Amino acid sequence: MMGITKSFSDLVANDNIDFVVEKGEIHGLLGENGAGKTVLMSTLYGLHKPDKGRILIDGEEVAMESPAVAIKHGVGMVHQHFMLLPSFTVSENIILGNEPIKNRVLIDRDEAHEKVENLSRKYSLEVDPDATIDTIPVGVQQRVEILKALYRGAEILILDEPTAILTPQEVDTLLKALTELKTQGKTIILISHKLKEVLKICDRITVLKKGKRVGTVNAEETSLPQLARMMVDRQLTKTFEKKPFEDKENILGIKTLQVDEERGLPAIRELSLIVHSHEILGIAGVEGNGQSELVEALMGLRKIKSGEILLKSKKITNLSTKKRIREGISHVPEDRIKRGLIVDFSVMENLILGSQGDKPFSRNGLTIDYQATAKFSDEMIKSYSISTTDRNSLARNLSGGTQQRVVIAREFSRDPKLIIAYQPSRGLDIGATEFVRSKLVEARDRGCAVLLISADLDEIRSLSDRIAVMYEGRIVAERTPAETNEEDLGLLMTGGKT
Amino acid sequence: MTDSNSGDKEKSWPLRTLKSALLRIIPQILAITAAFLVGAIILIVTGYSPIDVYAAMLQGAFGDEYGIGQTLTQATPIIFTALAFLFAFKCGLFNIGAEGQFLMGGFAAAIVGISFSELPAPIHILLAILAGALAGGLWGLLPGYLKVKFGAHEVITTMMFTYIATYLTSYMVNYPFKAPGWVAQTVPIADSAQLPRILPPTQLSASILVAVALAGATYYILQKTTLGYEVRASGLNQSAAENGGINVKKTIILAFILSGVLAGVGGAGEILGVHYRFIQGFSPGYGFDGLAVALVGGLNPLGTILAAILFGALRSGSMLMTRVTHVPSDIVVIIQALVIIFVAAPRLIRYLVGRRSKT
Repeated sequence: MMGITKSFSDLVANDNIDFVVEKGEIHGLLGENGAGKTVLMSTLYGLHKPDKGRILIDGEEVAMESPAVAIKHGVGMVHQHFMLLPSFTVSENIILGNEPIKNRVLIDRDEAHEKVENLSRKYSLEVDPDATIDTIPVGVQQRVEILKALYRGAEILILDEPTAILTPQEVDTLLKALTELKTQGKTIILISHKLKEVLKICDRITVLKKGKRVGTVNAEETSLPQLARMMVDRQLTKTFEKKPFEDKENILGIKTLQVDEERGLPAIRELSLIVHSHEILGIAGVEGNGQSELVEALMGLRKIKSGEILLKSKKITNLSTKKRIREGISHVPEDRIKRGLIVDFSVMENLILGSQGDKPFSRNGLTIDYQATAKFSDEMIKSYSISTTDRNSLARNLSGGTQQRVVIAREFSRDPKLIIAYQPSRGLDIGATEFVRSKLVEARDRGCAVLLISADLDEIRSLSDRIAVMYEGRIVAERTPAETNEEDLGLLMTGGKT
Repeated sequence: MTDSNSGDKEKSWPLRTLKSALLRIIPQILAITAAFLVGAIILIVTGYSPIDVYAAMLQGAFGDEYGIGQTLTQATPIIFTALAFLFAFKCGLFNIGAEGQFLMGGFAAAIVGISFSELPAPIHILLAILAGALAGGLWGLLPGYLKVKFGAHEVITTMMFTYIATYLTSYMVNYPFKAPGWVAQTVPIADSAQLPRILPPTQLSASILVAVALAGATYYILQKTTLGYEVRASGLNQSAAENGGINVKKTIILAFILSGVLAGVGGAGEILGVHYRFIQGFSPGYGFDGLAVALVGGLNPLGTILAAILFGALRSGSMLMTRVTHVPSDIVVIIQALVIIFVAAPRLIRYLVGRRSKT
């Protein structure tokens, strides 16, 4: 792939990337979230057209117009989220789109069964061809996806974050299977942000950062620290002036918290944590290491398995979300469109979400006092510089930065004791990012406890008083900003160092 | 979007509200016009004069006091069922079982209407309507509970509960509560339970006043109360509503109950105001008409009244039309269906309008 450039409106996802993979190697594609790995590979798989650049396979230029073209040229992709039909059997899923036919119209089930068994044996990817997808574990479903690609004649196999959803045992099995595929002459591209496993099985590794290629290295000649350095951003944008405070009190206490994710696998493992007043505690970590589950558990949006949550030494473990909000927890969610706002509500209606039954917006808890609400909204629009035509505009029509201002205005104006800020500046431009960050520092200076969860090390480093690193549902290390650097954090959050 | 907003800035807000209300009803008016135009084509093709037919229809529906009374009588039950659909819809729920809630409400009101004879009229009427509300509310609560507790989809359950209601009431009036004679119906309700007729000799009863009051109440609840806020929030974005401390499950149950209450009161009004007894099959599908009327009314409680009157007019107008022009009254069903299709396909309308404004 030569000079690939791809932008989505303002965002340049791939900026003039050269990416060369040699036949018969396992090539790691490494980078943080949003570095452009998946976009680059989706381009190779024909899912979207690059703005600029060429794709060559075996030295021949190919116009990758659709996955069908990619498949024809031997490119197969296993997506992060599987594309399987849950109620179909393994072999039905594998042959889908290219079914063996008998008597012109009937699917030849025996042949399908046999073909799948042969493939499975040849590449030692064990599956039961007759099992239905929804009855088999995720690790096996992934094998089905791989077999599907091989069935269609894939020579180049792209795997997007294949280990993200697997248990450690399943990861080992997968890595072994990939090595086996390599010895049989297949070429594999492995998208990942887990340094250890990449280093373990890849021959060469290409690192992307913010849409650009940082470099390609041989696995034998590199090291975990070097990769971590290449992967994470080094330049610190701006440090915030933060007043020192002496008498801090415990605001949030988490004691040996255990939380499961949807499938019943542990997402948070015996996590303990304290956040003080006048303090920003930054949680650094690669997405998917239990951060979402932690936030949801703290907000009462997800059942916990065991453990305790304290707010100012009051047990809130079993309180409803509403009561937690009233106790003084504010939450700037990761996804403002999904969790933070109701986009078809007006700015005014969004500004009272969470307090709609409380004074001053409702005097009796039953009806909403729209006069007080309107007055409050106009104040917020002014003091948080929410650029909207008026308070009755739908949140849908605001820019991303303005939407985030609405969320911040609502959450910060409640005079909270604790603010949970989850990726608060994600997707925002520089101005909006600065605004969000300065508001967090302001809240901290006022005496608020701030739990900042972010995959952006820049943000964590420039804002936090203390940094905790989260990996696989645990806090694996705690640092002060002074005693750490990107390399150290990068290693910790990718499991490269414990 | 921004263009029209900047133009609005200079105007005062009542003007702007009026303008936005007008803008909102334009697609509905276009859809209705389109339906009548296509209806005209069908009439021409089948050899009738659309002008004569529509004139007779208009004459029948609005030509005299009697016509108007019949139109409003026909509109009344569908205002209730449309409000029922609308209220649940605002909570993101597709309650297509207003028919069942309507029947249960009607039956409960009939029983209360029959059971007491010594009560003063206002109290008796109130009791009977209350019984209708309770029965309708219960018939809303059940699918709501099944949804929240077991994840049963309300389209299936409300539909099934409609069957249960149809056959349950049918059993009741064929066996335990059957009046002497051939017809499957209850004995008449006591005089003290009858809603006053407001435009004799038509069957128009005070039920329509209840309908209009409930349309106002629905608007008030949805727009001005915390419950309404939480209903709309849960309907538009469950995740954000939860995050804002709203108990979405509780809200869904409440929305279902209130939806059922609206339909149930409608059934009660029909029994107490028009039929004076529960007759098997007295509803020609008012519950399902309600769904269409709510959509044609732009999912707005006040628009619902207008749309219900349109549907009522089509029904009452069809009688004179058939007599004068010999066109089968089925043409009315066709026009109703066309209205629904055009309203349900706003993109089609936008396409037609967009093309016209370009040329």
